[in-house]
Amino acid sequence: MENLLQQLLNGVTWGSIYALIALGYTMVYGVLRLINFAHGEVYMMGAMTGYYAARWLGVAGTPSVAGLVGVLIASMIVCGLLGALIERVAYRPLRGAGRLAPLITAIGVSLLLQNAGQLVFGADPKFFPPLLESHEVLRAGEVAISNIQLTVLVTAVLLMGALEYIVQRTRFGRAMRAVSYDAPAAALMGVPVDRVITGTFVLGSMLAAAAGILVGLANPKIDPLMGLMPGLKAFVAAVLGGIGSVPGAMAGGLLLGVIETLVTGYLSSTYRDAIAFVILVLILLYRPTGLFGAPQTEKV
Amino acid sequence: MLALAALHWLAPLVLNPYYATILARIGIAIIAAVSLQLVNGVTGQFSIGHAGFMGLGAYASAAFSVYLGAALLDSLGASGLVRFLYFPLPLVCGGLVAAAAGLVVAVPTLRLRGDYLAIATLGAGEIIRIAILNVDAVGGARGFSLASASHTAVDLRFESLAGVYAVAAVSVAAIARLVYSGGGLAFRAVREDEIAAESLGVPTTRVKVEAFLVSSFFAGVAGALFAHTEGYIHTNSFGFVRSFELVAFVVLGGLGSLSGAIIAAAVLTAAPELLRGLGEWRMVLYSVLLIATMILRPQGLLGQRELLGLWKSHGAARS
Repeated sequence: MENLLQQLLNGVTWGSIYALIALGYTMVYGVLRLINFAHGEVYMMGAMTGYYAARWLGVAGTPSVAGLVGVLIASMIVCGLLGALIERVAYRPLRGAGRLAPLITAIGVSLLLQNAGQLVFGADPKFFPPLLESHEVLRAGEVAISNIQLTVLVTAVLLMGALEYIVQRTRFGRAMRAVSYDAPAAALMGVPVDRVITGTFVLGSMLAAAAGILVGLANPKIDPLMGLMPGLKAFVAAVLGGIGSVPGAMAGGLLLGVIETLVTGYLSSTYRDAIAFVILVLILLYRPTGLFGAPQTEKV
Repeated sequence: MLALAALHWLAPLVLNPYYATILARIGIAIIAAVSLQLVNGVTGQFSIGHAGFMGLGAYASAAFSVYLGAALLDSLGASGLVRFLYFPLPLVCGGLVAAAAGLVVAVPTLRLRGDYLAIATLGAGEIIRIAILNVDAVGGARGFSLASASHTAVDLRFESLAGVYAVAAVSVAAIARLVYSGGGLAFRAVREDEIAAESLGVPTTRVKVEAFLVSSFFAGVAGALFAHTEGYIHTNSFGFVRSFELVAFVVLGGLGSLSGAIIAAAVLTAAPELLRGLGEWRMVLYSVLLIATMILRPQGLLGQRELLGLWKSHGAARS
């Protein structure tokens, strides 16, 4: 029983990281109907930027909360700019050129970041500096929560809260929802669609950067190819929740994290990667619009 | 035929093994690309899990060769003629297994449309890959070598470049016949407007499943060739990265154009090797070229056209 609770806790921690990445996929899909396959690499860049930011800021050797916040903000700014750059260079020139061409440039950007990453950062794994000293903060029987898990959870909840506020309560959020609902109509109403799309990429990339830092805290080995699998899994999480739906991405991420941890803990770790895709295929067959998506009718 | 014979006798004399390997990979990439073009470009159903079928074909054929073929070749004596007659067997075996899996995947998923279909095929491809990874009889995470433990003297590798291109030629010709025949119009009707096609009496579901079946058969053949030319396979070669590469062949060549897919497959397979002089920068430049070409020609190199008028006129005459 206690083992189960511990597994659930680990699953929720890992799931909140999936959720942060999944939000970027779902928001971009919402406004552009594009599966941004380069998103996993933005998350990798987040972790890498954090690694270097910690050195430049001089906090790599001295664990402190202020240092962590500094690194987090630095990485989110850099990745936000990177997201805007990717959109400007690789996706905007192809607006109106069908849906497949941008899919290929997305794959191209993903390859570019992986290979440039291997060249610039080196292909060997790096060890993310310990920005926090790991210790237990809470223990109930056999179930323990470390300050790192707590930090991951609290940061993820705060960021998702901030995102929910931006999407629901600000002018930009309203514009984003309008573009997502009907881009041509939004343009006619004076919504600057291109700026909104850039803003969406910036927001999504910032969340992915935060996920990169949090992974660096919890699991310090980082390398230029680390974005591949988590990127794809986070995408599965977005589909699970209903692609295009912000609360769906959060729920899908958490659910996928918990399921994966339980499968690893009770069945076999070799099937861990398969389970995400089995869920993906099942959800597509029985409820293709996901847990939170509204069914769509096709007009002739 | 003459060209193939020349290739068979001259290639080992003129080419060093490195170039021969690259040329073989190009031939295999062409089969995989053209087979994917049938589903993605011609029928308009977007599959991004094609490497899974390739992997299944590779493993099925390799298992066939290691567990059955080695004993067979050992008892018949490994003369040139026996080997010539033997090698189609694992290829067909790989193709059939992949086609069976294609049917299993196609029937439920082809109800989905657009992005959802693409995502489902991506998932199916990964499931196939991870399932193979967990089968110990084919090496699991160690990879699978084409060598029989009990019949060590038998060479199961297939090193004739002419053989690879003969299979490629047959595969491309078969798909081209299918696409540019009268019946092939049904594929394009489904691509252009599924609802209109259905209302004109085209059995759209059947047409889609057919396209998927044929496509996964040839993907399996490509995988089987890959296994027998390389001599060692690992599930890492058949992940979603490989699937994306195949999609890039198809989109870059021009959706719907078989000759476009052939050109793109040849160029994109050769490019990383031709750029080898750039050292570590080659994959960076490769990805930049991929992005730049797509931005400059979003419709792909050939659009929907074919390079050789032959195929096109065949279909046009009946339409």
